Amino acid sequence: MLEYRVEIALWAISGIIPFFMLNIWTNNNLNESINISDIMLSRYFLCAFFVRQFSVVWVVFSFEEDSLMGKVSPYLIQPLNPFFRYFAQHIAEQITRFPFALIIAFFFFIFNPESIWIPNLGILLLSLVSTFLSFLIQFLIQSIVACLCFWTEKASSIERLLFIPTLFLSGLLAPVVSFPAYVKSWIYLTPFPYLIDFPANLLSGNETNISGGLSMQILWIFLLFPLFKKIWSEGTKKYTAMGS
Amino acid sequence: MNLRKYPTVYKKFLHTSLASELEYKTNILIDLITAILSLVGSIFLLSIFFQNNGSIGGWKFEQALIIQAIYTILNGITNTWFNPNLTEIVKHIREGTLDFVLLKPIDSQFFISLKKINPSGFLEIMLGFLLLFFCIKINQINLNLSFLTLSFITISCSICILYSLWFFISTTTIWFVKTWNAIEVLRSFLYVGRFPLNSFSFSLRIFFSVFIPIAFITTIPSEVFLGLSVLWKILLEVIVATVFLITSRKFWLFALKFYSSASS
Repeated sequence: MLEYRVEIALWAISGIIPFFMLNIWTNNNLNESINISDIMLSRYFLCAFFVRQFSVVWVVFSFEEDSLMGKVSPYLIQPLNPFFRYFAQHIAEQITRFPFALIIAFFFFIFNPESIWIPNLGILLLSLVSTFLSFLIQFLIQSIVACLCFWTEKASSIERLLFIPTLFLSGLLAPVVSFPAYVKSWIYLTPFPYLIDFPANLLSGNETNISGGLSMQILWIFLLFPLFKKIWSEGTKKYTAMGS
Repeated sequence: MNLRKYPTVYKKFLHTSLASELEYKTNILIDLITAILSLVGSIFLLSIFFQNNGSIGGWKFEQALIIQAIYTILNGITNTWFNPNLTEIVKHIREGTLDFVLLKPIDSQFFISLKKINPSGFLEIMLGFLLLFFCIKINQINLNLSFLTLSFITISCSICILYSLWFFISTTTIWFVKTWNAIEVLRSFLYVGRFPLNSFSFSLRIFFSVFIPIAFITTIPSEVFLGLSVLWKILLEVIVATVFLITSRKFWLFALKFYSSASS
C-alpha cells in the first residue's frame, strides 16, 4: 500500500467536499437557524471528513473487476471467503490514509484555529468504534451488491444508485439535524444517518444519543450479515466461471 | 490531412459504441434512476440551505435552480462523452494499446476523446434541459435571439473548459500510469459547480476562479440566463476556454514525446 502514496494522498484530498459545504454554511450564516455555532459546525464537518475517510468502501468495484476477469474462481477454491481478502485490503488502506488525513486536519486547524478541541479518551474510543461499525455496515451493503455480480455483469451501477442516498442522507453534506421535519421523521430508521452523522456528532461533541446510535448500528449489522451470507451462498451456487 | 473523413469516422464510432452499450439495457434504466435521484438529492440539499434564508450569496432559490439545471446538463455531457473515453486512455496507456491508436492515420486526440459514448448520459442531459425550461418559466425569462446566442456561447465555453480539464488529467497518465484518484479529485472539485460562486468565502472564490475555473463553468452561464452577466465576464470565459483548449492540445502532444509503450 505504501507504494501508492500519491494516490492515497489524492484520495484523501478528494474527500474534502465537507469543507466546501462548511464554507457555504458559515459564509451565509445558515447555521443560526439550526442552533449550532460556527465552531461546533466546523468541528462537525471536520469529523464528517474523518469518518468518511475511514469508512469509505469500494469492494463492489474490486469484486466486479475480479469477477469479469475470472479471477474469482481461484479465490473460491481457497478455504476462506474471498471477501476477507477485500476486507483486509480496505483496512490496510485506511491505515495508510491516516497520516494524510492528519495533514489535512492540520491545515484545517491553521485556517480555523478557534475550532481546535481535544475529545476525551472515552469519546474518542467510542467514536472509533462507531466509525468502524459504520465501515462494517457499508462494507456489508456493498458486499451484498457485489454478490449481484453473479446474476448481472455490472453491479457497480447499482452501487452508484445506492451511493446517491448515502451521499445526501448520511450527513456528509449537511448535518441531519438541519433536515426538514418530514425527512427527520423516518430517516433515523434507515441506516444512513449512522454512517457519518452519528459518528461525526459523537466525535465533535455535538448532541447525540450515544447508546441509541450504537445499538442501531449493531442492529443493522445483525440484519445485513445474514442477508449477505444468504446471497453469497445462493450466488456461488449460481456461479459459472468465464468460458464454462 | 483530409478533414472530411472525420464525420464519417465519428458516425462509425457512434454506431459501434451505441451497439455495445445497448447490450446492457437494465444498466441504462438504473443510470436513469441514479440521475433522477441525484437531481432530487441536490434540490433537497438546496432546499435545506434555503429553508430559513431568502437568498444565498445573492441568489434566490429559483435562481439557484438554474445552476442545478446547467450543472445537470454538463454532468450529463461528462457522463456521455468525457468519462467513458478518458477512462479508456488510462487503460490504453497501461496496456500499451495506445501504440495502435498512434499508428492510425487519424488524429490521436480525436480518436481517444470521441471513440466511446455512454447513452445513459443523454437522459441526464434531457433531465437538465427539462429543469432549465422549468426555470425559464418560473423566472419569467423572455427568450430573444441575443440571449440565446449568449447562453449558447457560454455553455459551449463551459463544455470546452470541462473537456480540457478532463483531458489534461487523463494525459498525465503517461507519467503516472494510474490516475483514477486524480479524476476523483477533479470530480469532487467539480461538485462545487452546483452552487453559486458567491456563496463561498472570498479566498475560495479566488481559488475556484483562478486555479480551477469551476466558477466559469456554471456560474457565468447561469448569470447570462438571469440577465445579470456583464460583457467582460463573457469575454473572459471565451478567452479562458480558448486558452484551456490550446493548452490541453499542446500538453497532449508534449506528453506523447514521453510515451514509451508498455514494457519497453
